[in-house]
Amino acid sequence: MDQNHPPLLYLDGVSVSFDGFKAINNLSLIVQHGELQAIIGPNGAGKTTMMDIVTGKTRPDEGEVFFTGDIDLTRLDEAAIAELGIGRKFQKPTVFESHTVWDNLELALKKPRGVFSAWFYNSSKEDEERLEEILATIRLTVRRDELAANLSHGQKQWLEIGMLLAQDPKLLLVDEPVAGMTDAETVETARLLKEIAASRSVIVVEHDMSFIRDLAARVTVLAEGSVLAQGSLDHVSADPRVIESYLGR
Amino acid sequence: MITKTLLRAFDGKAIWVVAILLIIAVAVPASNLYLPVGHPLRVANHFVPLFGKYLTYAMLALALDLVWGYCGILSLGHGAFFALGGYAMGMYLMRQIGDRGVYANPILPDFMVFLNYQELPWFWHGFDMFWFAAIMVVLVPGLLAFVFGWFAFRSRVTGVYLSIITQAMTYALLLAFFRNDMGFGGNNGLTDFKDILGAPLQADTTRAALFAASAIALALAFIVCSAIVNSKLGKVLVAVRDAESRTRFLGYRVDNYKLFAFTASAVMAGIAGALYVPQVGIINPGEFAPANSIEIVIWTAVGGRGTLVGPIVGAVLVNAGKSWFTGVWPEFWLFALGGLFVAVTLFLPKGIVGALTQGWTALKARRTSARAEGGSDIAPEPSPAE
Repeated sequence: MDQNHPPLLYLDGVSVSFDGFKAINNLSLIVQHGELQAIIGPNGAGKTTMMDIVTGKTRPDEGEVFFTGDIDLTRLDEAAIAELGIGRKFQKPTVFESHTVWDNLELALKKPRGVFSAWFYNSSKEDEERLEEILATIRLTVRRDELAANLSHGQKQWLEIGMLLAQDPKLLLVDEPVAGMTDAETVETARLLKEIAASRSVIVVEHDMSFIRDLAARVTVLAEGSVLAQGSLDHVSADPRVIESYLGR
Repeated sequence: MITKTLLRAFDGKAIWVVAILLIIAVAVPASNLYLPVGHPLRVANHFVPLFGKYLTYAMLALALDLVWGYCGILSLGHGAFFALGGYAMGMYLMRQIGDRGVYANPILPDFMVFLNYQELPWFWHGFDMFWFAAIMVVLVPGLLAFVFGWFAFRSRVTGVYLSIITQAMTYALLLAFFRNDMGFGGNNGLTDFKDILGAPLQADTTRAALFAASAIALALAFIVCSAIVNSKLGKVLVAVRDAESRTRFLGYRVDNYKLFAFTASAVMAGIAGALYVPQVGIINPGEFAPANSIEIVIWTAVGGRGTLVGPIVGAVLVNAGKSWFTGVWPEFWLFALGGLFVAVTLFLPKGIVGALTQGWTALKARRTSARAEGGSDIAPEPSPAE
């Protein structure tokens, strides 16, 4: 690893097994600053487990995970990792259903996360402007005072992306953002993600090939817990091993 | 910054609730003390401590609602914090008896003389001073909740498992306090109190003052809960209740938030217990009984959890019902209580206050839509992706 310009995220030789099943097997992966990277792979390839490791939900059995070159993520818990600037969007949209759209974003907004600073928090003018801006980006301005429970599936996904924007992370992990979306919503989501990736690094896990084509991202193919191929979508989909393990099945 | 947070506590209905509680705090004692006996508006002597007891129960239910209704922690051991606060107050009242006890020992309470204690156990020192007892009322339940919560929440014990260990906690305390050599009066507990702060407990004026103190304490607890619930802290607590791991991935230390709510709630429960004991005149290990803690949950559920008014309404209504029922039909009270819980779970999942609020919102929505049909000033639903 180049000590002067360390990559944003660096995974080396990471393995983790659950009850003897190797979910991740000697996985090495690098994400550069400002990069948009797509990760594809068949079911059980370890995509979600990889995200669990980066966000502190799962501890690897062996291997190194470094953020900005010097922060060892394997020693930190979820809250500490989130505060470092790693945001995560889950496969199933998880927003706070009994809060309004506005409150969801306010909770996510990058502010001190302590109990007492939350108790005595008063939103400033800048905070509100920032939230308005995000609402406009995710096209939910007119629904700001509605409960998140009343949003459509696609709108919940966007609200969650909006919450990640409010968190202002350096690295965003996005798990299957367009599952269950209509074609129009998928195109809109690709636009949103590209806009986000302009100012930070994003990793997208996705099955939808046309969506990945829209993203025009570098593609990493995972299979059985390790990297099978990397490159442009056309490059990897021409790779015979990828065809065999993934597309061919 | 802090004033703004306090101001937020008085948003909407809260100011009315506090006003009503303060009016009760003045009106009930005044009517008891100043209206002539036989006046139709006079609150009879025996009702003053009874109503005062309901108010301490209401405060206990409010405390439970803060952790259960807003943070999703179903504590089945809140009676323990209430009883500990009660014991701290009971110890003060015991020491106030002095040499007026049966054995006329100026230092040792009667039960200690009876059990052949030679000197006061170390943990009874200081309880002859009110300020010390008052600190213990807050400190002991708070500390127990903090230590218990610290271990439970850090180990991520949640849901039904947490409920079971809170139940085990109160049961363990029940067994411990039953033992004579614990030094808390064993089976009989602490009773035969004479006076508090120099005022005789049997006097009407003292009882009226205790009633007023209970109502004011409830109002203060309501303000604190309202200040928590209406702040961003309250929003985080609800977020923890609804999607704990999501909250964690936003960077919030969920265990600290739970610990805060649990400890604050235990302190409130302890203060409620301390106000309860002088009004009923006794504290014994029966207060630690698991069934008591479950009853608190029923009051809260009946009134409406997740609302601040609900637990107060629920605690007063259910206990008034209990007083009435056990008077006219004692053997059926437990069936009535069980039936009430089933009925509320089936038909009023949000409790009385929740159902009323829901009905009110639905009515308003219907009115708004009726108006919209007439004049259509509501923006059309935007399509998600144009």
